[in-house]
Amino acid sequence: MDLGGLNLFVLIASLMVSATPILLAAIGETVVEKAGVLNLGVEGMMITGAVVGFAVAINTGSAPFGFVAAAIAAALLSLTFGFLTQVLLSNQVATGLGLTLVGLGLSALIGKPYEGLKSVVLQPVKIPVLSDIPGFGRMLFSHDPMVYISLIIVAGVWAWLKFTRAGLVLRAVGENHEAAHALGYKVIRIRMLAIMFGGACAGLGGAYISLVRVPQWTEGMTAGAGWIALAIVVFASWKPWRILLGAYLFGGVTVLQLNLQAMGVAIPVEYLSMSPYLITIAVLVFISARGNQNAPAALAKPFHASN
Amino acid sequence: MIRLEKRPTPSRLLTGLTPILAVLLTMIVGGLMFWILGKPPVEAIRIIFWDPLFDPNFAAYSRPQLLVKAGPLILIAIGLSMGFRAGIWNIGAEGQYIMGAIFGAAAALAVYPKESALIFPAMIIAGAFGGWLWAMIPAILRTRFNTNEILVSLMLVYVAESILASVSQGLLKNPEGYGFPGSRNLQQYPSAANVEILPNSGMHWGVVAAFIAVIFAYVLLTRHTRGFEIRLTGEAPKAARFAGVNPTRIIVFCLGLSGALAGMAGMFEVAGPAGQITIDFNSGYGFTAIIVAFLGRLHPIGILLASLLMALTYIGGELAQLMLGLPGASIQLFQGMLLFFLLATDVFTNYRIKLGRTKLGGSQ
Repeated sequence: MDLGGLNLFVLIASLMVSATPILLAAIGETVVEKAGVLNLGVEGMMITGAVVGFAVAINTGSAPFGFVAAAIAAALLSLTFGFLTQVLLSNQVATGLGLTLVGLGLSALIGKPYEGLKSVVLQPVKIPVLSDIPGFGRMLFSHDPMVYISLIIVAGVWAWLKFTRAGLVLRAVGENHEAAHALGYKVIRIRMLAIMFGGACAGLGGAYISLVRVPQWTEGMTAGAGWIALAIVVFASWKPWRILLGAYLFGGVTVLQLNLQAMGVAIPVEYLSMSPYLITIAVLVFISARGNQNAPAALAKPFHASN
Repeated sequence: MIRLEKRPTPSRLLTGLTPILAVLLTMIVGGLMFWILGKPPVEAIRIIFWDPLFDPNFAAYSRPQLLVKAGPLILIAIGLSMGFRAGIWNIGAEGQYIMGAIFGAAAALAVYPKESALIFPAMIIAGAFGGWLWAMIPAILRTRFNTNEILVSLMLVYVAESILASVSQGLLKNPEGYGFPGSRNLQQYPSAANVEILPNSGMHWGVVAAFIAVIFAYVLLTRHTRGFEIRLTGEAPKAARFAGVNPTRIIVFCLGLSGALAGMAGMFEVAGPAGQITIDFNSGYGFTAIIVAFLGRLHPIGILLASLLMALTYIGGELAQLMLGLPGASIQLFQGMLLFFLLATDVFTNYRIKLGRTKLGGSQ
């Protein structure tokens, strides 16, 4: 199936790869924001995940180890954000920005010796039978495991938030922390766990960029993916399935843009490469103009048990 | 049991003390980090904070650099602090800085090689306008559609970087530059050059503008109704609304002011220390200024001091790179840590620590 030189199956397959980092980061941030915490440090956690994942994968020769290490490192980094905002009651916007700046500096420092190295390859998993379907098999069922894991995480988060008691408690904390506290729920503990989950997901997303998508380490390589993930959470009205939609739409735009660049379309490269950011802004405007954004009521509000 | 109890009013003493405490903590943890990197910690800290100012071998070069680096930081941070006070988060100053530089340089290059005393003032206006225009995008989207200004202003940084790459290879490219990307050097264009006013002081027109901005911001915040409205909007939004403060006007004013100042900073940089528009013209002043604004407690005088300190870490960082082979990124991390420690120690200005258990039925 060709569309003016673009194969639709290949396009969708590369769209899924291109969307996975943002999807992972955005689904993690959804849980964080559902708990009433705004962590603007997604970019910093992603880039830390990217560098740690890359370094560990190179040193152990195993990409899965890289992903695990990336998740742990970014979760630990997010813990500093959690400690500052939840225990020391610092401003969440400022602390999130700080986390991004720290993450960018830290990653550049760790990554210096790894510049220019080739990453370890993450082998694709061909799902038996399904991957043999002509066209669709290559498009949907021959990806690397992280693509499927990211989809499982989305489904898991959706089911967990919707059907489990723990998910209900988390949402309650995010809507009204005082009421949740009065009912005896540990607001700060729940939020800390949510923040760490968000950190781990962002770390996985970052590692996916440095281990699969690019695949090598360059300074500042996340290039705003963390911020786009934050925008997608707003776009999705904090709903997991819409996160998937948003991330894949965005992945589609990125892939299309890169393909147009490669095809040498008469639009200057600079204008093509700014298009993902412009489209993100346009989408944000569209969503906010509609009103009723479904944001958790206690989002970014500090909680102190004694007042 | 350790717990925090809210102070009735923030401690004035600690408001001033926490930045110093944060700097000391950063030095300790930063020293530890250097030690892990296998560098002598005490020497590294001394090279960063002391040698640029007092070492006879470096001071002659480093001292003027202090003002060169602090100038843009002051200009940008003063603007940002207004918005931060009112709860308006412009984090895209880097983009506004780039646009100011492009507009300022374009104004000069449009009339090249004419000489006139009007060119430089026109460039300042063009630079401020470029930054203002770029900041008006999040401002209008916020006031018209209630779109989050944090994300929009940040996204626009990437857009501005793309525009910068485009104009330095196209519109503003030096026709006599043998095909290399980058504009003409404005330093070699007398009417447009932002020259050093006093030799070997680092004092250029951008630094003068920065000092004026400090005074302007101080008067605005302490003597003017608009400054009062900004503070009120941030500290008690409901009260501000009841008092008839127009939130739209505050958003447009704060974003516009910070954009214009960042744009001016970009223009002074491109006409002075940088000299020309290049693909990698911007060096992160717009983000560092966020740290400066907080370190300076969003107060004009504090920002002045914080900018000088941050400029020192830039210069000292370069020196440490040279002397100890310290990675350049460690200074970036150092600056980020400073913001973290500041936010962490800030808790003591608003809360006091209480030991012992909460009494049941006592004050909740």
